Amino acid sequence: MEENTKLAQPVIDSKIPEGPVAEKWTNYKAHQKLVNPANKRKLDIIVVGTGLAGASAASTLAEMGFNVLNFCIQDSPRRAHSIAAQGGINAAKNYQNDGDSIYRLFYDTVKGGDYRAREANVYRLAEVSNNIIDQCVEQGVPFAREYGGTLANRSFGGAQVSRTFYAKGQTGQQLLLGAYSSLNRQIQMGKVKSFNRYEMHDVVMIGDRARGIIAKNLVTGKFERFAAHAVVIATGGYGNAYFLSTNAMACNCSAAIACYRKGAYFANPAYVQIHPTCIPRHGDKQSKLTLMSESLRNDGRIWVPKNLEDAKAIQAGTKKGSDIPEEERDYYLERRYPAFGNLVPRDVASRAAKERCDKGYGVNNTGQAVFLDFSEAINRLGIDVVRQRYGNLFDMYEEITDVNPGELANTIDGVNYYNPMMIYPAIHYTMGGIWVDYELQTSVKGLFAIGECNFSDHGANRLGASALMQGLADGYFVLPYTIQNYLSDQIQVPRFSTDAPEFVAAEKACIAEEERLMAIGGKRSVDSIHKELGNILWEHVGMGRTKEGLETALTKLKELRKEFNSNLYIPGTVGEGMNIELDKAFRLQDFITMGELIAYDALNRNESCGGHFREEFQTEEGEAKRDDENFFYVSCWDYQGSDDNAPKLIKEPLHYEAIKVQTRNYKS
Amino acid sequence: MANMKVNLKIWRQADPKAQGGFVTYENVETDSDTSFLETLDILNETLVEQGEEPVVFDHDCREGICGMCSLYINGHPHGPATGATTCQLYMRRFQDGETITVEPWRSAAFPVIKDLMVDRNAFDKIQQAGGYVSFNCGGAQDANALPISKEVADEAMDSATCVGCGACVAACKNGSAMLFVSAKVSQFALLPQGKTEAKRRVKAMVAKMDELGFGNCTNTGACAAECPKNIKLSNISRLNREFLCAKVSD
Repeated sequence: MEENTKLAQPVIDSKIPEGPVAEKWTNYKAHQKLVNPANKRKLDIIVVGTGLAGASAASTLAEMGFNVLNFCIQDSPRRAHSIAAQGGINAAKNYQNDGDSIYRLFYDTVKGGDYRAREANVYRLAEVSNNIIDQCVEQGVPFAREYGGTLANRSFGGAQVSRTFYAKGQTGQQLLLGAYSSLNRQIQMGKVKSFNRYEMHDVVMIGDRARGIIAKNLVTGKFERFAAHAVVIATGGYGNAYFLSTNAMACNCSAAIACYRKGAYFANPAYVQIHPTCIPRHGDKQSKLTLMSESLRNDGRIWVPKNLEDAKAIQAGTKKGSDIPEEERDYYLERRYPAFGNLVPRDVASRAAKERCDKGYGVNNTGQAVFLDFSEAINRLGIDVVRQRYGNLFDMYEEITDVNPGELANTIDGVNYYNPMMIYPAIHYTMGGIWVDYELQTSVKGLFAIGECNFSDHGANRLGASALMQGLADGYFVLPYTIQNYLSDQIQVPRFSTDAPEFVAAEKACIAEEERLMAIGGKRSVDSIHKELGNILWEHVGMGRTKEGLETALTKLKELRKEFNSNLYIPGTVGEGMNIELDKAFRLQDFITMGELIAYDALNRNESCGGHFREEFQTEEGEAKRDDENFFYVSCWDYQGSDDNAPKLIKEPLHYEAIKVQTRNYKS
Repeated sequence: MANMKVNLKIWRQADPKAQGGFVTYENVETDSDTSFLETLDILNETLVEQGEEPVVFDHDCREGICGMCSLYINGHPHGPATGATTCQLYMRRFQDGETITVEPWRSAAFPVIKDLMVDRNAFDKIQQAGGYVSFNCGGAQDANALPISKEVADEAMDSATCVGCGACVAACKNGSAMLFVSAKVSQFALLPQGKTEAKRRVKAMVAKMDELGFGNCTNTGACAAECPKNIKLSNISRLNREFLCAKVSD
């Protein structure tokens, strides 16, 4: 785009290789520096995290011959939150002969991301997607298959082809267990040292390079020092800043914020994905929200009543969804987006649900829910086929809500109506993250970020079944190559002693910080402050954002930090044994900083794109209105010495060569 | 939704070596739509407000898939619901005013760390002994070059569904890990990718299981009855068959 030249001069080197987009990765691999086998044995790499990105990177780096130290917060690497991904993983195999290709997967992903991702990264992602499926099959991942023995596919949002590979509604589990099995083999061979129930607290810099971490042993309560030639963080997203999200309870952004405080830019924090199909909130005792897989939208139809009176009756409990006949239902996604229907991307589906509920058509007692209905599918395919596809999700839904979506509820004029599910959007995934260059290296030398915790491939909105693809692409096929370009000139660097003054000072600071938190001695629990943080973020920095709301949020967050620092109470002891409240407090402090980062970025971005919707910037039809002239860049936020200071914005302009930037259209 | 009050009789133990004991917390206020773990959250919030240390228990995804949560509730691993983990247990399964007894997994191979949290590292060690296909990343053939019938793939998937929570061990009077080990052995024994190393795998995993202090299997079937993922006993039959064949060919 011509307009790009008007933006600030690039001060950031994203290291995108020369050449046409389809040849960049091939060229890169042909010319990058490698490390020979004898030297790999001399090099140590820390990988923090054991999700799809972390486990696949740790095992692959070890297979290559590097020595890996691998950390996880849970009791076993197998429990990382990738395990909860339900629907599937995309790849451009074109096994269905429906016109798919690497280019089309690349195009769909860039378009799905509302033209805010880096072209070169996304093309590489699409390119290696096929290798991922091959690799996972070789590991014994039991993907769903057709009777003929070939792999089965299904459709996901934002695509007109069937390119999603799956293992029941447990694809993340099976892919993670595959990566975990490879990791186990390397642990057995002594190439990976595994540290379970450890949490990274800081990254240790020697000179201008990352040389290790300080991690807390969560069982003993003691800090430990670990040195390496490079540090890789694979610690997931920051969705739990909102308190209620689909993330697991231990998911946190503290490792990423520790990197940010050491000079790693935080990119595009405003891009938060709100998933349209989650079980609605039910009260103030709730600890998390549960996702219902996007795959349900293959056969489920989303609707609210056409008439406001029906909606009111449902809200009051005098009518049920199954009492409303077909002609009185408003399948609003099919109405608004005929070409993609119920399979529009997540940001579009979430906003459409909010729009209906804001107008009063919501269908539970709070008015904050819409229906996801399987009546048509069950009538067409029979309950057995539908249960075969979604049985575990139906069971999960019933366990939580006491309603069985496969149960016949009513017959009107000879048409069978089954209990619809109730769903509502919830915080699910974060597209923003630590800024990385094409090599997945952060703005700190020797510090790399992979998987959800980096920002790189999804732009302003992630398509379904692309998170698993990206995590495994980074870990199996990208980082193990690109990190060698960095390590090739580290082969002469001897191992660092963890007695080096930098390590001693970093550990001391971690201990002092914990003692400070314990000494506050106020009245409020960690969770009570976290819930307040969640409410501020959901209300002002959630699905619909405004300038005024964001400014209010920033003021309230400053007050909340004061409250945290003056009125927090943590029982128990510090430095001896487990203290779960202290561990939560450490994470909460960083969630507050994260909340501010999201708000600063959302306030700066005077446009609507993907998961970032500014109410001032919408079309007459209520669609997101991008501003490519002024905001065609990656926002990189640079830490300014203290959490109290506003971060500084640095822009990485985007350059598109292969794709023409246009308005997203899912209507025709 | 109905408001409820329950009494929670919970095992408290400060550290692995401490003498533990039950403490009863009376009249914990919750409701029928709240999950059991959220009820423990409510109790913990009250304890913190009173300046006491919260009850430590393992939990993470709260969607029934990570396998982190455990708990022996009223004498059953993962509580009274069948085919569900503790995190998927809702208070509507209990009576208003009921006293609910909550204990950690009891097994020699799973020592208590604190309160209701146990160390399940032994499961990782068994997997490390052979729960994998020895294949280095890179150079895999096209995924469809290896057709696998739907029946075999589905059966392997059923075995692979194990979440590694340890309920089978906790339920077994012998503390046997046979259901857990057999699920992984079965997944790979069924699939062509796993056949090359099948003999080495089954012997290594069984040897490691024995070494780590798990008990023997006496076919009572308690493991499968309590498994939150409905892993079938037939996996154990397959493990025995695989093990016998591997030993015979030694």
